[in-house]
Amino acid sequence: MNYKIIAVTETIILAAAIAGFAVYSMYFTNQPIILSGAGATFPAPLIQKWSAEFKDMTGVQINYEGIGSGGGVKQFTEKTVDFGASDPPMKDSEFSAAPGTLHIPITIGGVVPIYNIQGIPKGLNFSGQVLADIFSLNITRWNDPKIATINPGATLPDAEIIVCHRSDSSGTTKVFTSFLSDESTTWKNAYGAANVINWPPQTIGGKGNPGVAAAVRQNPNSIGYVELSYALESNISYGKVQNAAGHFVEPTLETLAVAASAMSLILPSGDASWASVGSYFNLHNVDDADNAYPIASFSYALVYKELNVRAGITLDKARALTWFLWWAVHDGQHYASGLSYVPLPQAVVTHNEATLRMITFNGQQVNDWA
Amino acid sequence: MSQHEKSQNFLSKIKSNRKKRFSEDSVFRATVLLIACNIFIILGLIIFKITQGAWLSIQTYGIKFLWGTTWQPFPPDPTVPPSFGALPLIWGTLITSAIALLLGVPISLGIALALSEFAPKSFNYIISFFVELLAAIPSVIYGLWGIFILIPFLQNNLYPQLQATLGFLPFFQGTIRGSSVLTGGIILAIMIIPTVSAISRDVFAAVPNSQREAIIALGATRWEKARIVMGYGRSGVIGAIMLGLGRAVGETMAITMVIGNSFNMFTSLFEPGATLASIVANEFTEASSPPVYISALMEAGLILFALAIAVNASARLVIWRSTRKIKEAEML
Repeated sequence: MNYKIIAVTETIILAAAIAGFAVYSMYFTNQPIILSGAGATFPAPLIQKWSAEFKDMTGVQINYEGIGSGGGVKQFTEKTVDFGASDPPMKDSEFSAAPGTLHIPITIGGVVPIYNIQGIPKGLNFSGQVLADIFSLNITRWNDPKIATINPGATLPDAEIIVCHRSDSSGTTKVFTSFLSDESTTWKNAYGAANVINWPPQTIGGKGNPGVAAAVRQNPNSIGYVELSYALESNISYGKVQNAAGHFVEPTLETLAVAASAMSLILPSGDASWASVGSYFNLHNVDDADNAYPIASFSYALVYKELNVRAGITLDKARALTWFLWWAVHDGQHYASGLSYVPLPQAVVTHNEATLRMITFNGQQVNDWA
Repeated sequence: MSQHEKSQNFLSKIKSNRKKRFSEDSVFRATVLLIACNIFIILGLIIFKITQGAWLSIQTYGIKFLWGTTWQPFPPDPTVPPSFGALPLIWGTLITSAIALLLGVPISLGIALALSEFAPKSFNYIISFFVELLAAIPSVIYGLWGIFILIPFLQNNLYPQLQATLGFLPFFQGTIRGSSVLTGGIILAIMIIPTVSAISRDVFAAVPNSQREAIIALGATRWEKARIVMGYGRSGVIGAIMLGLGRAVGETMAITMVIGNSFNMFTSLFEPGATLASIVANEFTEASSPPVYISALMEAGLILFALAIAVNASARLVIWRSTRKIKEAEML
């Protein structure tokens, strides 16, 4: 018996079978359409929910990686993904590096001050100025007159405020500090607005929303800030924030939607630069924003106006991508509140419809169903 | 075939194969040596890549990086360049590691001595099992346990007591925070116990029984016997401590979760701080621009690397010197 011959024959048969199966599956079965996206972590759970539902409905598979807004913009600009996602809109420099980018708001985020003071339930009033003073340690005790005057009736303790913040690089920090910078020039000059802040010493940094929430929960008389969905889902006290109209507004899915509606009046065209929208909705020059929560922002999907700029894209893929985005801003919004995301108000959906109609493939409009 | 013929046969086979065996030997030897040399290549590449990554920061900030105390990747005024200095990180790394050694080493030595000198065999087995289990717990689990169980316990029970009794010392003053340098040190102490105690136990077990018998024959108590054993195994114990220190210096996940992550030249141990490892863990993921930001984080990594090498080298030196002393003493 020559085992060698048997072994070689077996190997050849096996290899032929594998090759045959590969050829068979390439040519004789329907290849599924696979789309790729990458970017912000904040909308990632929602986009993943959408992908699952959309795949059940259409068979189109969408692979989304939550790698952070910066990484999303980078990969989108390098055209290594079919769509990007970012919490802040592209800066002017980024926009000119990726000509033909469309900004499509897909959901709304909000940043909420949370605190832990014995005997004080949720609903403490904060103004932007007071928050800036607290986070820069210019106000150091809870019974400071600046806090007391906007909270008549509350018995605030004579205790040192422990400030908690994000220790990791975070869009939530960017949104929050952008708001503080606009509300307080002292803050703006000392700390500014960025994903990472040179916080005053003695403040506690927690990793991620859970880290900040844990720090606030464990330290009596502390204050911090987290993403709205996190504040709603974890049982923690959060405050109201004074908006441009002077009202103290509780952060809820509704008050964030009001802010987005008000903002929709001054949104740029989908194919223009959205840098002016900024990191959060600055509603100082907008009427009808009495009930708008002031620290809110969009999360965007980024897609090219002419889809053939990405290598390897076909008409089928282009149609699938446009359909997915159209579905996400319409029916997809029904999944939002279940996951504590804010559904887009009608005004923003209408704005998005106009943007999505601009998408072309080789010069032809793609979403012919719209 | 008789037994004798069999062995003759075997011997002649070996003889005829000798030439072939010789060449096989040399090939094997060369291969194994080559594989062993990989360690130099890997280490060299790591040093080269980290230094390359950190080069921009080294050029920009120079030696001042080591004692700078600001960490500002995005200054409020966009025309001002970012500034980085690592002193609070180095300070945090050193102090948390020192606390870890201070608390962890006596416990580890106690465990090791109990196991090798005092405990009955069955008990020995159980304790060793649990100590090794401690080593197998992933560090993120230590971090979670730290946040949700250790911090509330320390903050509500131990720390107020500590401040009440030792509050006159500067490092137990100020507002008590759960996420603090002291908590970081305590977590590290727990994490180095398995390393230090397991190695020390082996060191004590290797002390020749003649030593024990001799001292007992002289009428020594058990404590005196333990002292002799510790003295005999001193170099090994120092090596174990240094390995523990190496783990403490480089520990990332658990300490990031409990230290409070504040860029802070703390004086009180109840203040939050940061370490070289924790700042990299926190900020590396999204640090895309400016380029010098990534480079500064790389340089923090480089300092950490240098610190780890220094710790290891000094451990070797101590071991080498004390073994030489023992040998000299034995020769007399």
